[in-house]
Parts: sequence; C-alpha cells; structure tokens
Amino acid sequence: MNLKIRALKKSLWVYHMSGGSCNNCDIEILDCLTPRFDIERFGMVLVGSPRHADVLLCTGIVNKKCVERVEEVYKQTAKPCVVVAIGACACSGGMFRDGYEMGGPLDKLIPVDVYIPGCPPKPEAMIAGIVKVLEKLK
Amino acid sequence: MSAAYILLCFVLVLILFSIIGMLAMWVDRKLTARLQFRVGPPWYQNFADFIKLAGKEVLIPEKANTFMFVASPILGLIASGIAGTMILLVFKTKTVFPADAILILYLLTIPSLAIILGGSASGNVLASVGISREMKLLMGYELPFVCGLVIAAIKSGGSSLSSIIQFQEQHGIIIGSLSGVIGFVIGVLALQGKLGLVPFDLAEAEGELAGGSLIEYSGLLLGLFKLTKALLLVVGPLFLISLYLGGINISSPAGIITGILKYILILVLFILIKNTNPRLRIDQTMKLFWGWATLLGIAGILLAIAGW
Repeated sequence: MNLKIRALKKSLWVYHMSGGSCNNCDIEILDCLTPRFDIERFGMVLVGSPRHADVLLCTGIVNKKCVERVEEVYKQTAKPCVVVAIGACACSGGMFRDGYEMGGPLDKLIPVDVYIPGCPPKPEAMIAGIVKVLEKLK
Repeated sequence: MSAAYILLCFVLVLILFSIIGMLAMWVDRKLTARLQFRVGPPWYQNFADFIKLAGKEVLIPEKANTFMFVASPILGLIASGIAGTMILLVFKTKTVFPADAILILYLLTIPSLAIILGGSASGNVLASVGISREMKLLMGYELPFVCGLVIAAIKSGGSSLSSIIQFQEQHGIIIGSLSGVIGFVIGVLALQGKLGLVPFDLAEAEGELAGGSLIEYSGLLLGLFKLTKALLLVVGPLFLISLYLGGINISSPAGIITGILKYILILVLFILIKNTNPRLRIDQTMKLFWGWATLLGIAGILLAIAGW
C-alpha cells in the first residue's frame, strides 16, 4: 500500500450533494459531525466545493432536474474519488421508484462504490459504510 | 552573509515552519474539538491532508487563466517563506541583518494578494465574491496593523526589526507599557483577519460561498494554499512576538523555551477568539477595523509619543 492511498484513507474530505432528497438523510449526515459521533476523529471534514472532495455523498432519488447537475458534479470532482449513495432513494429509488420525476437511481448515472440503505440511515450505518470505503481503497 | 547561506536558510525555514505550522493547525483543530466536546483529529492529520492533496488530480477550469492560476499559490508560499527567513535571521544574527519591519509587513500582504489573484484567475462567480471580501478585509486590517507597527517603532526609535528587539532587550518588552498593550491587541485582531480565522473568515465562508476564493482549486495547488496558511500561522505570531514581546533568543536553550511559551500563548489566544465569536459581516468587519481598531491605534500612537 503506497503513501498516497494511506494518506487518502486518513483524510477523506466529504462533499454532500442532494439529488432532490426529502432532507432527512441530509440531517442524518450532519449528525455524524456532532459530538456523539464526531467523524473528524478519522480526519473527515465536510467541504464546500466538489474540487476539494474525496467522497461524494449523494442523497435523494436524483430527479430529472438534478440528473445533469449530479453528472456535472461528478465530473468536477478531483479523482480519485469515491461515490456513496445514502438512503433508500439514492440506492434504489425507494418508494418513489415509479414516480414521474424519477431520473435515477444514482448508479444509472455515475459509478457508485458504496450503498448505505435506510430511510434515513443511522449515523452508525454511515460510519460502517465509510469503513467499507476504506477497505475498498486498497 | 552570503547569498547561498540565505538561500539555505530559506529552504530550512520552508521545511521547519511548515512542520511547526501544521502542528499548530492541529492544535487549533484539536482544541476547537475539545471546546465543542468532541474528540478531534490525531496529531498527523494535517500532514495526511497535505500528502493526500499532493497525490490528487489537479483540475484547471476551462475559463481560468492557467498561468496565474498555477503561479499564485507558489507566489504566496515564497513570500511567506521569505518573511519567515528574515525574522529567523534577525533572531539569529541580531544587528547584522536589520530587516525593516515595514518590508515584512509588505511580504505578509502577498499571501492575501495571491489568494486574490488565484481566485480572480479561476473565473468562478463565487470565487469573485470571495475575493471581493478578501480585498476589503485586506484593506481593513492593514490600517490598524500599521498603527500598531508605528507604536512599536516610536517606542524603540526605529522601524528595523533588529533595533526593536534590541531596544526591548535593554529597556524591557514593549507590551509592558500602556501603548504596547494597545499595539498588541490591535496586532492580534489584524493577524486574526490575515489568517482568515473565524470572526473574519468571510472570504472563505464554507457555508454560503462553498470555499470562497479557493473554490476551484484542487490537488497540489490547494495543498500549497494550505501550506501557506500553515507558514503564516508561524510567521504572523513570530512577527508579533518580535514587535511586542521581545523576540526570541535562539542561541540559548532557555531563550528557545520562553520563545515557544510566547508562541503557544499567542496561538491559544487566536484559537480562543476563534471559538468564542461568530462570523462578522463585511460591513461589521470594516466598522471594527476602520472604526474602533484604528481609533485605538491612533490613541496608542499618541500615548507612545507622550512616553507611556
């Protein structure tokens, strides 16, 4: 395992992208930053720009309006990057899978590395998902 | 003193001050986390961040001016490195290397100018909002900072850094007098703005400007900006120490230990101000710097002339 990957595993910067979610998953993502879970222990920080990001967290079904934007954000992210689908909607479409606005699910648009199901997933589940990311990064 | 010696010092300062600065940034993050009842990152966090950024892809936006976009982080890094070298040489050689304090003031503005140049070269709308704030902030804190510098210069009878330090060795440190205290307070405020720490972090507002002026930077170039910030986190406090707290005597172990204590004192002061204040809007910032801080600075200058 080389130095680059080792450093990457210790400092994952997270960009949070909402593809038309109901905001529930987004609030649970912010829960990870609170004193109870504190993902900064593992060097993870939320960043404001996809250029700075190593991990794209995508929530929501990715509705038709968001399709172009999600693809564009993925192109703008500096590689290597990991894409994580958060919540039932991003993973499969959930209860909206037959909806008229359905543009996704996410893995039809961009390559997804880790799926974290749940409506919304607990912060523990997200941390478990990130551990899977770390294993994938070998 | 030969040019090769100074160049060697420059390289040494770049390496040494980056390491100290990254550790200082870790102290900042850890202390912030502890104040918020969190655990906080491990000590090697900022090194891991830098190595990671160095290994990532560098994206240059289509609309960007490539030369300015790449050159500005390097410019900022070199300028802060030169300022650090000059301060260290003054500590080491005393009178041989006079190093005018005004020159260091100029050199310390260049990293902010580099952020402005880089942000405007990136051709991003949010970056342009960020740089307009950065410009106003720069003009804001420079005025009181100059007042603070003038106080130290009047007290010691000369603006060269070595004469200021020598004066303090003979007559006691400048912060011991009333005008010195005023100068120090203004200097801490101005440096807080220069380092972009929280009450004045409006140029890089993570929330609404998505990283502000650095929004388009990725990979190594972003890493160089972080490194510049780490260097400034060492050079800025060292400049304050030499102006008001009597400098650091690096020839004896006792001097080095008191120097480290002075540095930690200023660093903790920065972090506490950062964690106990909300971000100011740009009009509030300007009112603070051009209003109260400058008035305080002028009062300090008058006190210094009167000999207080």
